[in-house]
Amino acid sequence: MATSSRLDAKIPQGPLETKWSKYRSSVPLVNPANKRNLEVIVVGTGLAGASAAATLAELGYKVKAFCFQDSPRRAHSIAAQGGINAAKNYQNDGDSVYRLFYDTIKGGDYRAREANVHRLAEVSGNIIDQCVAAGVPFAREYGGLLSNRSFGGTQVQRTFYAAGQTGQQLLLGAYSGLQRQVGMGTVKMYNRHEMLDVVNIDGKCRGIIARNLITGEIERHGGHAVLLCTGGYGNVFYLSTNAMGSNVTAAWKAHKRGAFFGNPCFTQIHPTCIPVSGEHQSKLTLMSESLRNDGRIWVPKKKDDNRPGNEIPEDERDYYLERRYPAFGNLVPRDIASRAAKERCDAGYGVGTSKLAVYLDFAAAVERYGRGEANKNNIHNASDADIITWGKAVVKEKYGNLFDMYKQITGEDPYEVPMRIYPAVHYTMGGLWVDYNLMTTVPGLYSLGEANFSDHGANRLGASALMQGLADGYFVIPYTIGNYLASEIRTGKISTDHEAFVKAEAEVKERIDTLLRIQGKTSPELFHRRLGKIMWDKCGMARNAEGLKQAIEEIRQLRRDFWSDVKVMGTASYFNPELDKANRVADFIELGELMCIDALDRNESCGGHFREEYQTEEGEALRDDENYMYVSAWEHKGPENWELHKEELVYENIKIAQRSYK
Amino acid sequence: MRLSLKVWRQSDKDAAGGFEDYKLDHVSPDMSFLEMFDVLNEQLIEEGKEPVAFDHDCREGICGMCSMYINGRPHGPLRGVTTCQLHMRSFKDGDTIVVEPWRAQAFPVIKDLVVDRDAFDRVISAGGFVSVNTGNAQDANALPIAKEAADDAFAAAACIGCGACVAACKNASAMLFVSAKISQLALLPQGQAERSIRAEKMVAQMDAEGFGACTNTGACSAECPKEISLENIARMNREYIGAKFSSSAV
Repeated sequence: MATSSRLDAKIPQGPLETKWSKYRSSVPLVNPANKRNLEVIVVGTGLAGASAAATLAELGYKVKAFCFQDSPRRAHSIAAQGGINAAKNYQNDGDSVYRLFYDTIKGGDYRAREANVHRLAEVSGNIIDQCVAAGVPFAREYGGLLSNRSFGGTQVQRTFYAAGQTGQQLLLGAYSGLQRQVGMGTVKMYNRHEMLDVVNIDGKCRGIIARNLITGEIERHGGHAVLLCTGGYGNVFYLSTNAMGSNVTAAWKAHKRGAFFGNPCFTQIHPTCIPVSGEHQSKLTLMSESLRNDGRIWVPKKKDDNRPGNEIPEDERDYYLERRYPAFGNLVPRDIASRAAKERCDAGYGVGTSKLAVYLDFAAAVERYGRGEANKNNIHNASDADIITWGKAVVKEKYGNLFDMYKQITGEDPYEVPMRIYPAVHYTMGGLWVDYNLMTTVPGLYSLGEANFSDHGANRLGASALMQGLADGYFVIPYTIGNYLASEIRTGKISTDHEAFVKAEAEVKERIDTLLRIQGKTSPELFHRRLGKIMWDKCGMARNAEGLKQAIEEIRQLRRDFWSDVKVMGTASYFNPELDKANRVADFIELGELMCIDALDRNESCGGHFREEYQTEEGEALRDDENYMYVSAWEHKGPENWELHKEELVYENIKIAQRSYK
Repeated sequence: MRLSLKVWRQSDKDAAGGFEDYKLDHVSPDMSFLEMFDVLNEQLIEEGKEPVAFDHDCREGICGMCSMYINGRPHGPLRGVTTCQLHMRSFKDGDTIVVEPWRAQAFPVIKDLVVDRDAFDRVISAGGFVSVNTGNAQDANALPIAKEAADDAFAAAACIGCGACVAACKNASAMLFVSAKISQLALLPQGQAERSIRAEKMVAQMDAEGFGACTNTGACSAECPKEISLENIARMNREYIGAKFSSSAV
């Protein structure tokens, strides 16, 4: 297989360990006087966007930042719970840059690019330093040093955390840096703005069209480079752990303007979420992977066992992850844990009223921690009740906010009965195809964080999303953007009077008018639900060729129905969340089709992409390295029409093997 | 469950608003309060009426976007819970529920239950940060921080910036929000260099935005979904007075 001539990953020459340092020393620079005249547009203010906007402004560029929420602090990075990885080796347990690199490639089931992942591991330590300097209150030990815990797919403790609110604390750190620049006037912030198109002039990205979500005004913004830091597209499934507003629109508009979409079918189903409770459900809530440090996952050994979990004796429980994967146990990667839960439930061992749930049990951890407390305090005759009380206090300190959230949502107390959990859509490894510089196939158009495809292959390891978002924003783009902008110093200010802006604005307005004109019978919400059901049933945790072919037909029909029967209330001239939703759902429908096409093309199982036709006798994912060791990069050619370009993945430093966690 | 709702409707920031009455006949106790509003909105769309605009995003109690004033209390009747995490099992069949937006001069209504909270962002821009450019940091463990200080800073930093404190306060004071950020950074060694100027600038911006003064009723902390402590306000006052004694800046 050869890489398509349309794709150049621009990976620097030389040994893996020195690629990034050599690149940094030789990348063209832009002098401070020129930086002041170069404008950069940043769309999205999560970890990637906020850190990029702040850092580029610190460097002297003129930055405009956009978010659809009422404040940049609301971006969905805020909801990340468990932690952020870094190869600091503070625990002296054998961690290193190479090990983080290796774990990430292996965790991604050998479908990520070596050079990008190694760079990510290299800068991971700097991220922790930067965040601490900015006042992020990470968890600490009594000696005052930083605390770590374990996450799935690793055998070292390299995850830094702030209770179950790590994403919140990291985002508020990045946000404070961004607001500092806003206060200094070096970043102009546009909140409650949605990007509705990118504008290319003579083959280069020169700006965006955005809608002011309060006034409804359509605005043109010109810039020398545009950074899409707009997160993932998990909401294509309707029910996911994403925020209600998380959407693919910005990335999708870029795709339709020439940016290739990489590995769209690679989605992550997270194993530990609160199960669906009814038809009314609008979103799913994650229970952090960090809980698998201490919680044990099990189902009854007997089918259809209806006894409450805490009344089922120890020897009638099947700790199926510990049984199947003794080396990693409850800390296997997410794709494996999710499939194992589905396998048990499909076989009839599920628990709860829906039978689509397994137990996550803290009883053993409570007892272990309780005894630990007793020992620490030199108490050797403690009663069982005391031990349980002390143990619960330790568990509360580690995971209290998660336990409270569980109780609030389900009405059950997880300190008393085991949690019920089930897999749910959480993250998308696929995204806009980018080269080593994080540039898409459109010159001047970049994509950072979850919005790009680059670092996690076919499955992301826990606590690596926060790492990637901040790596891209704080430490990668500030260097790589110079490579492009150094050649833009003679361009001058981008005029938004150019016909390309006029045309793009007219197209955006026309689409909004069409949406409002249809006045059919079905709300955007109901279309979204219908799409979600198709995607979850046929392109979810398990896929097969026949189902995918059906799904493609059903989605095409859904798109036709949408454009003839959608009912959008209100007007375009003022605040109208229904219109925003309709715009987003229309793009999700198109994306859904491409995801199914991609899943159908990939005749193998790898990571989160599980094709039922391709599995080992033990039910593990069966890769086909000979034919599918590539990134699929899809070019949009027109309605229902895409062309596949392949980027061959070359492993020069890692020996490819079947992934084993046994 | 069957419910009667009285919901504040206001078409734009300059319009006079008023309550509209709605009835819902099939509410499940397992729904969240916002899912109940989703059902209401679907019903309104079916009737050809414009749905109620309300702010929401993560629906897991952390983004701080949801902001309903329910039966006279920000985020409703439960302690330590945001609107999105409030479930209908906290209400009774046949209840009448009154829902309003946050009320404060500094938070003008945009539409229905949606308010403008840009004032909070401007307060943070005035000084709610450590001035450290990317790339200037030393090794993270070169700066040990006592666990107690780190834990206290974390407790203050847990603020989600929703504005419930302002909505709860009879003076629409933002002291709890502002003090949480001032406290977080005053408790940490990283925040020391700008400690005085930060307190002065953030308080000055808070006043400029039109938030009211604090009269120590404690409603803010009682209604805060993250239970941010009143201690932070005491600490902020100390920081501010100390800064003013030696100030030449603001």
